[in-house]
Amino acid sequence: MAEPRAQDLPIAPAAGGASLSNGTGTGPSQSANGKASAMAAEAAPVLEVRDLKKHFPVKKGLLRKTVGHVYAVDGVSFTIGRGETVGLVGESGCGKTTVGRTLLRLVEPTSGQILLDGKDVTNLSKNEFRPYRREMQIIFQDPFSSLDPRMTAGQIVSEPLEVHGEGDRSQRRERVAELFRRVGLRPQQMDNFPHQFSGGQRQRIGIARALALNPKLIIGDEPVSALDVSIQAQVINILMDLQKELGLSYLFISHNLAVVEHISHRIAVMYLGRIVEYADKKTIFTAPRHPYTEALLSAVPVPDPRVKRKKIVLDGDVPSPVKPPSGCHFHTRCPIAVARCKEESPALVEKAPGQFAACHLR
Amino acid sequence: MTSTNAATAPAANPKAATPAEGALLTVQDLTTYFFTRQGLVKAVDGVSFELQRGETLAIVGESGCGKSITALSLMRLVPDPPGRILDKSRIVLDGVDVMKLDESAMRKVRGNDISMIFQEPMTSLNPVMTVGDQIAEVLLLHQGMTKAEATAKAVDMLRLVKIPTPEQRVREYPHQLSGGMRQRVMIAIAVACNPKVLIADEPTTALDVTIQAQILDLIVELQKKLGTAVILITHDLGVVAEAAQRVIVMYAGRKVEEASVEDLFGASLHPYTRGLLASIPRLDLIRGAEDTSPGRLQEIPGIVPALHDLPKGCAFAPRCTYADERCKAEYPAYEEKRPGHWAACWKSEIVAGGTNG
Repeated sequence: MAEPRAQDLPIAPAAGGASLSNGTGTGPSQSANGKASAMAAEAAPVLEVRDLKKHFPVKKGLLRKTVGHVYAVDGVSFTIGRGETVGLVGESGCGKTTVGRTLLRLVEPTSGQILLDGKDVTNLSKNEFRPYRREMQIIFQDPFSSLDPRMTAGQIVSEPLEVHGEGDRSQRRERVAELFRRVGLRPQQMDNFPHQFSGGQRQRIGIARALALNPKLIIGDEPVSALDVSIQAQVINILMDLQKELGLSYLFISHNLAVVEHISHRIAVMYLGRIVEYADKKTIFTAPRHPYTEALLSAVPVPDPRVKRKKIVLDGDVPSPVKPPSGCHFHTRCPIAVARCKEESPALVEKAPGQFAACHLR
Repeated sequence: MTSTNAATAPAANPKAATPAEGALLTVQDLTTYFFTRQGLVKAVDGVSFELQRGETLAIVGESGCGKSITALSLMRLVPDPPGRILDKSRIVLDGVDVMKLDESAMRKVRGNDISMIFQEPMTSLNPVMTVGDQIAEVLLLHQGMTKAEATAKAVDMLRLVKIPTPEQRVREYPHQLSGGMRQRVMIAIAVACNPKVLIADEPTTALDVTIQAQILDLIVELQKKLGTAVILITHDLGVVAEAAQRVIVMYAGRKVEEASVEDLFGASLHPYTRGLLASIPRLDLIRGAEDTSPGRLQEIPGIVPALHDLPKGCAFAPRCTYADERCKAEYPAYEEKRPGHWAACWKSEIVAGGTNG
């Protein structure tokens, strides 16, 4: 199932950042071909992202002169099919959250294209974008700060309906009650305030709010990271049930590999603004190609004392995205790096059917 | 140290005499309550355990289970008011009854005999002091070193926790360091005086996965090198399996299970522990598994009860699939169900019959 769609993955990240571009740059033509084949094989993906970049300026001094850029997202491309979950993993500062926000245009992309249902929405004005925004919703990490403490749970969930002028007051209330039931809350709790709910229940309110407008795609930005393990399982199950019932697509952003593994169909691993590996989950977890993916997987502690695994402990910290290392961003920590890695940025290419990796050596 | 030896005498209490023999740290009936406007919060309710020399004991549980308050109680750092460690609690560290020490004697114990690593390295370091001065501070205070000696030792400590170019880093401020390095500095401060007991409260939770692995390795390595006993407080069962020898599981302020790591992960006897183990997605299971379509995770229904309003019987009964009338009426006895394997559950024999996780 991943094969036909995988082809429409543009190889654009090869081009790298504006300042570092020394890749082979096979981007646009390939992606056009890929698109056609994907259309033929299956319905168009819900979301297609092509060579997305977001560089935040770093300003200094009295005149706020731009002295550099944070290369938060530096040429990211992927697609999400209908009813599919794509997991986006990486460590803090790798740009995974910025990818999510850029898709919703909560931050404006520097360059690249975002296609929703085949329609380019990258450069639409705020008003033009509004109807598309209902198709994409987001669930935030922190269930405590993402709900307005002065609104009741019911008001929070019905707000998107009001903004988009859906139904009258009683119809909206009915819809909210239905959404409450759907996420496992009692409709009687509609008039309670967020502080009267537990963390897990608050996250359910966040999910109900995201569902209100019947979106096609939900972006979950670390949606279970702030929850206790036993509650985490409840929320993950709800998300998976909803996907089955409503045919939703998810972009699931998380640093927790085990959670991503559980919920996703395909997984993209990010490091310093770029995707370093992209494949279906079984391939990622059983036969990773990129040394970073390998190290990341091996670093996760296994909750079984009988399992004695070979751990690859990486030295040092993630370098700053303001001054990413030359060539392959990972070469400073890579256990197998050679001279070439320092100079030449590896392209994200298909190493095996459906498995893309950006590494010179593997 | 010598001044505290006088306090050893009261430890000749018949109750404590036997366990105090071999154990480095003996905790008996530790009870810490908070007196709040909502009512009495029994944060830690009658917790007892022993810690052997050089051993790593993990305390696991979800937020609000009392694991961090247990740690703070051991250091006697519970804010009073609203909190109070009840008088019946006994904490005996290497023959010294810590509960009987006055504040100035306690200050000599903290950082010297028992020290602690906190979760948030950014908020627990002083932003306006160089990391060198922060390490030197404990040495000046406890070891009576001169400023020059302490600074030289600070460099050694940074080297011990594997910070590159320690001579330069010693003069830097916390904001100049990454999260992982800050946690290394915290560890350097904590082990500078070569404590007998090191309490690590969620030491890797705020860190990235690859950094987590580094820090966990460092703690295990230092423990071997220095012979420190470690109390590892965490919610991450993976970390427990990797670093600890013995585990205590806490729920709603009480100990519900205690066993060796092998027994707990292999054949846990409490339904809460079973539920926890079953509810975490496992990376190692997919490798080699044929069916990779995402299945449902086993969940523990309901939520952790509020600590000021605990049910009458077993606190876990409202969420437990095994619970019956007795569980709801009567708190289960904490018993040794198997050699070295303790649990507080009326149904542990039925639980033991079920498959684990």
